[in-house]
Order: sequence, then C-alpha cells, then structure tokens
Amino acid sequence: MGLLRRGGLGWVFVLPFILMFVVFYLGPLLAGLGMSFTDMRSTDVADPLAVDLVGVENYIRLAGDEAMREAAVNTAIFVVTGLPLTIGLGLAAAVTLNSGIARLPAAFFRLGYYLPHITSIIGVAVAWKFLLEPEAGLVNRLLELVGLQGPAWLQEQATALPSIIVMTAWRSFGFDMVVFLAALQGIPRELYEAGEVDGAGRWARFRSITLPQLRPVILFCTVYSSVGFLQFLEEPLIMTGGGPLNSTLSASLAIFKQFGVGNYGYAGAAATVLFTVIIALAVLQLRIGRAR
Amino acid sequence: MRRTRGQRLITYLGLSVGLLLVVGPFLWAGLSSVKPEAEIRRDPPTFWPETFTLDNYTELLHRVHLGQAFVNSVSVALVIVAGNLLFCSMVGYGFAKLRFRGRDAVFGLVLVQMAVPAIVLMIPQFVLIAKLGMVNTFLGIILPGLITPLGVFMMRQFIAELPDELIHAARVDGAGEFRIFARIVLPLCKPAMATLGLITFLGAWNNFLWPAVVAQSEDVYTLPVALNILNGHEGTHYNLLVAGAMIVVAPILVLFVFLQRFFIQGISTSGLK
Repeated sequence: MGLLRRGGLGWVFVLPFILMFVVFYLGPLLAGLGMSFTDMRSTDVADPLAVDLVGVENYIRLAGDEAMREAAVNTAIFVVTGLPLTIGLGLAAAVTLNSGIARLPAAFFRLGYYLPHITSIIGVAVAWKFLLEPEAGLVNRLLELVGLQGPAWLQEQATALPSIIVMTAWRSFGFDMVVFLAALQGIPRELYEAGEVDGAGRWARFRSITLPQLRPVILFCTVYSSVGFLQFLEEPLIMTGGGPLNSTLSASLAIFKQFGVGNYGYAGAAATVLFTVIIALAVLQLRIGRAR
Repeated sequence: MRRTRGQRLITYLGLSVGLLLVVGPFLWAGLSSVKPEAEIRRDPPTFWPETFTLDNYTELLHRVHLGQAFVNSVSVALVIVAGNLLFCSMVGYGFAKLRFRGRDAVFGLVLVQMAVPAIVLMIPQFVLIAKLGMVNTFLGIILPGLITPLGVFMMRQFIAELPDELIHAARVDGAGEFRIFARIVLPLCKPAMATLGLITFLGAWNNFLWPAVVAQSEDVYTLPVALNILNGHEGTHYNLLVAGAMIVVAPILVLFVFLQRFFIQGISTSGLK
C-alpha cells in the first residue's frame, strides 16, 4: 500500500459521480426544500429566483387539505396491509421451495415467481386492468361460472384500493422470496437436526428455528419495502387515476397531481413531509428491529 | 426433513397453483393479444384463440406509431447502459483501489443518494431540465440516469475484491492509473459488468415516470409512455392494450429466461434489485 499516493488521481476517477450527485441530486434536493417555502408555480420556471417567500404557509395549507389527508390515510392502509402480505407470500414461497424440492423444479418455480418483479409497471397494470374489467374480465367471468356476480373492481370505492394492494403484493413478493431463499440456505442444518431429535414438529421448527434465524433479512425486507411502498404512485396513476373519489389517491400521486397543475411550491412542501416520514419510519423500524 | 410421497405431491401442487396465479395474468394477456376484439369480449371466454390474428400488433405499429416508441426505448436504454458501464466501473475503481482524502465520506454520498425518494427529486429535476432547455429531448430523459448509485456501489464492491498485487505489479512496471484501469481492471470486471448492464437495461426499459414527465411529443415517447397514452385514449380497446403490454413485457421476459443467472447474481451482490 501507499507505494504510490496519487491522491489527485482518485478524485479524477470519482469526478463523474460527484458532478452527477451535485447537479442532479444535491442541487435538486436543496432546491426542492427551498421551493417549499415559496409560492413557486410552473410559470415561474423561466425566472425561479423571482418567486415570493411565503414561509411555512404551504405546510399550514397541507395540514388542512382534505385530499392530502385522504392520500395519507390511503398510503398508510397500503403499507400496513401490503407489507405483511408481500413478506408473508415471499416467506411462504421461500420456505416451500427450500423444503427439500429437487434443484431443477425449484429453480423453475423461483424463476416464475420472480418474473412480475422485473416487468414494466405499465405492462402489468394493463394486464391487471384487463383481468379486472367488470364484464369481459377473466376474474368476473370465472366468478360467473360459480354463480357469483363480481364487482367493478377498479371502479368501486370499496374494492379499488384492495385490488391495487393485491396486485402490488403479487408483483413484489418474488424479490422478498429470493432474499429469504439466500438466507434460508445459510441456516445450519444441525439446528434442524437437533430440533428433530428433540421431537419438534415442522411448525415448531419453523417458529423456533427458521423465523429467529431470518430476523435480520425480515427486517431488511420490511425497511426496504416500506420505503418503496410509501412512495407508491404509478399503480394508481395508470389504473385508476387516484379515483373513484380519491379512494386510491396515494401521497406520491397527490404530490404528482399538484406538480401537474403547476403548484411547485406546494408540491415541494408535501414531498418534504413525505421524505421526512419515510426516513423517520425507516429509522424507527431499524431501532425496534435491532433492539429486540 | 424427509417427506412422504403424499406430502411432496401436495407441495408441488401448491407451488404449481401459485405459479399459475403469478404467470396467469401474462399468459392471459398474451393469448388475448392475438384474438380479434369480438372474441375477447365473448361470453364464455375462449382460452385458446379461435381466430388467430396479428391485427392488433399491426394496428399498434401503424396507427399509434408504437414502432417509433420501441426504437426510442431501445436507444435510450442502450445509451444509459453504456454510460453506466463506463462511469460506474471508473468511479468504482476510484473508490475501491485509489486512496485519496475524503474518499469514505464521498462514498457515503452514494448510499445517501440511493435513499432519496424519486418524487422528492422529480419536480426540482424537471425545473433543472427545463432551464437547460432539455424538456422533450432524449438527453433530458437520459442524463439523470447516466450514473446510478446502485451501479457505483456494485462495481466498487466487485473491484475491491480484485487482488491488489495485480495493480501494484502494473504500477511497478510504470503503467499509469488510466492504463491500469483500461488494460487490467476493466477486462476483469466482465462478469460484474454483465450483471450491471442487465440491471441497468431493465431499469431504463421499465422506467415510466421520468420519461412521462420529460417526453411531450410522439417522436420522443418511450414505450411505457406511449402505452400509457394509449391506455388513456383507448382505455376500453383491450385487444390493443394487451398487445401493447406484450410489446413492453416480452423483451424483458426473453432476456430474463436466457440470462436469469445474472439477475439472481445482481440481487446477491447488491442486496437490491
């Protein structure tokens, strides 16, 4: 080491990243924060420094905004139900694939389950809109066969958000599965053999060996998915536009809509609040997860 | 963990039902995309297409100009892949093998950048792109994605594992750092670059929101943007919509089936998608 200290050269190599970081991340991040204390609108883009400072007015307005409140509630419901569903499905798939199935079929199933995770959201959303179509959709046609009348899934307030939650879990669980599979393979076999000798049944072994051993990766998946789920936007944007009656409006989508109508300052304030909540929740989860 | 034959049968049955539920939506969209519109709406539905037709696809190409969007998507994705391969390996080398003051602090920024939500950056990034006169240009779509923090992180981790002796030997022989990087490090990075290239292509190909914000006319639309416009205008013509969805999804499915080893490697080396 230290044979040749070419200190300056190191900077040259990482310069592309630093430029990129300053211009497209740090700059916009600070600009966004600053923007949230102004009345900036899309018409101000030509001369962004000519906007008026309004202090915390945008934040006060945010607190009394009915649509934003609905968006916050929807986002909370989405995370609280979607997260356990996704992690549960991922865990179930991983444990089943790891339960002594031959290599080749296991690889085949893993491939299939992972597929939705890597496909375009717009392709997936269109395929699901078609499945859930009230009359020609496959789901309701199948329900018809057993004598049931399915609802207009994405057009009714009661079923629109649950439909999107199920679709998201369907699309995301493959990622968790792959993470869990890798972790499962790291659990020493002796633990299970010892458990078997002690007369522990399969369920007991799962609860007292598998789950505790998987704790760190479950924590990872929880934090990682929470950060992603708190930002969900494209699913309702494509499938419902946030309707009916704001029942699928998410926090990110509400911000996106404010951006669409040109309220940059107000959108910036909402984005700052969302960012704070995301960070706070991640820190909280890590604290709780590590403390136990 | 020995299982009886019955238990094993139940396991396989459960896995197969799961697979059907996971792949079903794609399968159904694919089958429907080669049926005429009337057959799609028939009750009870046909499973296998009774009348096989490619009309949905030809209509997309001629009337909605999805061909142009396809070419745009491929070009944008390839430029982003090339940028990431070059810059991320270069930056990764700097972080992994060169010593300079403040290196670890700067590398910390890579991790910070990965944690910032897209919606927080989107509006100020758009204002920036507008000030640079890049709205509705390919450059505007490409530029923010040219170096991804995930790529830098991956390449840094990979290059750090390469033996220092190789690099020292070359330095003793009098090779400059750029020569060492180009002649020794890059050739050794091929496996990591294959994974990075694939992951970056996937991200760029699937990216929807940013291109939808930047692109504002048909000649700049990428495939997801064009399909979303179609979704807005022809929301009920499912024959066209599912065909469009297949055009977006199929290239990824093909890549995935043939190169799945690299996808899985990508997850295990980075812990992320």
